[in-house]
Amino acid sequence: MGAVAVFVLFFVISDTFRSADAITTVLYASSTIGIMAVGVSLLMIGGEFDLSAGVGVITSALAAGMFAFQFSTNVWVGVVFALAVSLTIGYINGLLVIKTKLPSFLITLSMFMMLQGLNLAVTRAVTGSVSTQSISNMDGFSSAQSVFATSFTLGPISVRITVLWWIVFVALATWVLLRSRVGNWIYAAGGNADAARAVGVPVNYTKIGLFMTVGFMAWFVGMHQLFRFNTVQSGEGVGMELLYIAACVIGGCALMGGWGTAIGAAIGAFIFGMAKMGIVYAGWNADLFMFFIGATLLLATLLNLWVRLRTARR
Amino acid sequence: MSDNDPSSPLVELAGVGKNFGNIIALSDVSFAVRPAEVSCILGDNGAGKSTLIKIISGLHQHSTGSYRVDGEPVKFTSPRDALDRGIATVYQDLALVPLMPVWRNFFLGSELTSGVWPFRQIRAEEMRATADAELKAMGIEVPDINQPVNTLSGGQRQVLAIARAIHFGARVLILDEPTAALGVKQAGVVLKYISSAREAGLGVILISHNPHHAYLVGDHFTVLKQGTVDLSAPRSELALDELTHYMAGGAELETLQHELRRMDPPDVGAVHELSESR
Repeated sequence: MGAVAVFVLFFVISDTFRSADAITTVLYASSTIGIMAVGVSLLMIGGEFDLSAGVGVITSALAAGMFAFQFSTNVWVGVVFALAVSLTIGYINGLLVIKTKLPSFLITLSMFMMLQGLNLAVTRAVTGSVSTQSISNMDGFSSAQSVFATSFTLGPISVRITVLWWIVFVALATWVLLRSRVGNWIYAAGGNADAARAVGVPVNYTKIGLFMTVGFMAWFVGMHQLFRFNTVQSGEGVGMELLYIAACVIGGCALMGGWGTAIGAAIGAFIFGMAKMGIVYAGWNADLFMFFIGATLLLATLLNLWVRLRTARR
Repeated sequence: MSDNDPSSPLVELAGVGKNFGNIIALSDVSFAVRPAEVSCILGDNGAGKSTLIKIISGLHQHSTGSYRVDGEPVKFTSPRDALDRGIATVYQDLALVPLMPVWRNFFLGSELTSGVWPFRQIRAEEMRATADAELKAMGIEVPDINQPVNTLSGGQRQVLAIARAIHFGARVLILDEPTAALGVKQAGVVLKYISSAREAGLGVILISHNPHHAYLVGDHFTVLKQGTVDLSAPRSELALDELTHYMAGGAELETLQHELRRMDPPDVGAVHELSESR
């Protein structure tokens, strides 16, 4: 509903927003936020946060780029190495949250800052600059690019492959949530972890798995950035983690866990994509993007509250 | 303990003790429950009731003494172990997930699935139908099996949790304060359901600090006090007055405390859940 409102708003006030080109860019902008939002929404439904998700993307991209370049391997080796790094970060996040029983907010905030520092420090130590060397002429680059960062045409519009992957991941996550027993466990782990444990749900494994899923998504988006731009800036990614969380909340995920859908998170990401590009097309000051995001988040939260109060009264 | 009963105990504890470091939570507790028997455990807060049921349900392990199921010594490492032996616990906070639909709650942790991994999926329709039929059979009318559990009344939730335990093959049902947060009428529904569970041949362990409710359905009463057994008597040897007296420890203060407790707002359970889920 919110997505329709935003769409109509920009559709009416901006000519360019109506063009096929605009659809391409909007979908692309939505997809990179959206793929991460899939992982983050699952984790939020499971009752946890991951603030390290934003810089985690860059960590993964840096790991792949530098590993492949320094050891002169096929880039696919770097890709696999980055996957291992991302999954390990997710695993450590999950394990620390489970073992210490501290709020995931604190654990992943620490991880966020540590990764932010490591991204800069390791990159400078290895390459001597703040970005990785271009890997565009290395073995396997073109095949990797065709998986992570190609585009194809669909009728009048050109579609980036991340849009396709986004749809695949949303569909997969929706199936898991609604039609697999793991989905039941995710909702239960976020809704009432003690209750879930008491009836034999492996809450700890579920949560670690969710952190690793976020790691997987971070890896995927990281690979996309690497193969789209050939090189990675080590200081990027900061602030994105809140954007993912905001997209999930706008899409109806409860902050406390136990409630939400992957499709909702996709709609949230789509609203962000439209807003990001719509503001540019409408000729407004692009600095307003963050204001717009904030206002949308506030509205969505108030709307959720209102709906919840109404259902509670029933 | 009287061994006149021909049926042997489903669950039997003999001289069980539990220490947490230097603190002795339970010492020398003996207790048994037989098929078609409601065995009540009473005691004030801190008397060791919770520790005792946590041992029986597999959340804790006993430090001394023996714990037998069907006459066989056991030492459970998780609630799953206890469940596999047919010992199911319905906790005070109900072990339900408030925001999840009734049928998902009913099958939580024991979902029906078909297919081969990674394509294995839950049999949603079958689960909906089963949960609906089971609840109807127990006299709970749920308008919509898809509605979230937090739209049910306290009594309905309690019965849903009990119904779930029985459906999944429980032979021994541990009920932790099932009437604590309920009004008189709702408590009546739950107590009626406890007695029908007994008629179905289940062993029921009822934990309560309300002697009035316990006496309505109980066959055997064990009163705990500071981690030891203060009283263990079958119903035939005990009057309600005596039970209340034991519970009260002879002090008027306890009666007052009991009355004060009744004044707790009924939604205490829900608030409790919220604060614990974070």
